[in-house]
Amino acid sequence: MASSKPKKEFGNMTDASGDELKLLGVWDSPYVNRVQIVLNLKGISYEYIEEDLMNKSDLLLRSNPVHKKVPVLIHNGKPIAESQVIVQYLDDAFPNAGVLLLPSDPFERAVARFWAVYVDDKVGSPWYTILFAKEREEKLEAAARAISAMETIEAAFREKNAAEGAPFFGGDGIGFVDVVLGSYLGWFRVIEKMIGVRILDAARTPLLAAWAERFEAADAVRGVLPDDVDKVIDFLQTFLH
Amino acid sequence: MADEVILLDFWVSPFGQRCRIALLEKGISYEYSEQSLAQKSDLLLRSNPIHKKIPVLLHAGRPICESLIILEYIDETWSDKSPLLPFDNPYARSCARFWADYVDKKLFDSQTRLWKLKAGEADHEQAKRDMVETLQTLEKELGEKDYFGGDVFGFLDVVIVPFVAWFYAYERFGGFSVEEVCPRLVAWAKRCRERESVSKTISDPEKVYEFALYLKDKFGAK
Repeated sequence: MASSKPKKEFGNMTDASGDELKLLGVWDSPYVNRVQIVLNLKGISYEYIEEDLMNKSDLLLRSNPVHKKVPVLIHNGKPIAESQVIVQYLDDAFPNAGVLLLPSDPFERAVARFWAVYVDDKVGSPWYTILFAKEREEKLEAAARAISAMETIEAAFREKNAAEGAPFFGGDGIGFVDVVLGSYLGWFRVIEKMIGVRILDAARTPLLAAWAERFEAADAVRGVLPDDVDKVIDFLQTFLH
Repeated sequence: MADEVILLDFWVSPFGQRCRIALLEKGISYEYSEQSLAQKSDLLLRSNPIHKKIPVLLHAGRPICESLIILEYIDETWSDKSPLLPFDNPYARSCARFWADYVDKKLFDSQTRLWKLKAGEADHEQAKRDMVETLQTLEKELGEKDYFGGDVFGFLDVVIVPFVAWFYAYERFGGFSVEEVCPRLVAWAKRCRERESVSKTISDPEKVYEFALYLKDKFGAK
């Protein structure tokens, strides 16, 4: 009896519905990590492809010709780039896969989007500067800006989420803002070793410190964020020459 | 009134104009509130304490900030007519969001450097190259389509169209012809201007150029 369905190839990662998902990434990128966390939260299987950013694959260059960056999610051959766009895409494309990262109420969605943009702008940009600026002064100044942003985020968490008794920005469960901010947690430890500054400090932002512990303990997060500080620092050196 | 809609805005802001176009497309009545950026009002500072910027949409007293976030809020709240993002096509939605992010990363930055930096200097030449490259990239993305979203005026068109009023300023500051660089984009701009929501909203190019000259005088490199 001939089947009209194509034979499932060995190593071809598809989820139950026959979707093919590939994630192009770099193991220590916060932007890649957050997508991995979301895929885990949704229980979606995918093929992970580690990219060499010094020698970008044809697939990456074809899939993200505009920015040539990771992460790129390729869903049944169609590429989606920009981590926050990818996360929202996963909510739209897999609405029945357990968790939704964004709330359903339009105002709450706007609030979540606002803070996600704020995090990548006010924590993410300094993160980049700390890694790649030549002068220590520049790194320290960037760290100070990131700390200031963390204090603002702490205040927002206190006023809203803590006031409601919610363990996460997303409420009872991990949401959009949690994965966006949480994706930097491994790097905060690296930065402390690199320049001796704590971006996340329980003395300054106790609510966020407690939140960070809860986030990192979640099943979907474990094993995703880089936890070997020295390995990250060694890897970073390859980009600094 | 409980459902009152107020937009805190500044007349020439392309980011504010995005919101005005969306509100018009959806037929939402709202109060337009022109803001002074030099002396920010209490309402603005209370509504957007973190960034202190316009546009801010106030709906039933609650503030929504950041133009792209406001657009999605408008689309989701008044979802019964004129959808900006296609509600049934996740991939098309992701493309619109990707390109909106590209516009916000590249276009506004390039245009600012064009008026701010001194003509003839190396950094101004770079700003001009960056602007041309950005316009060419958008031209390529538009392709043969009538609109960025396809056959129908949508989210990405709303995101980009306020900047067409700045094309004249790009030409004056950059010393290049926008029509030569991106003829299809120019044709798209004409097509969009035929929509009332757009023609009523986007600024007069001469006024935009005058405003950019004022900014150059005040903040530009000496």
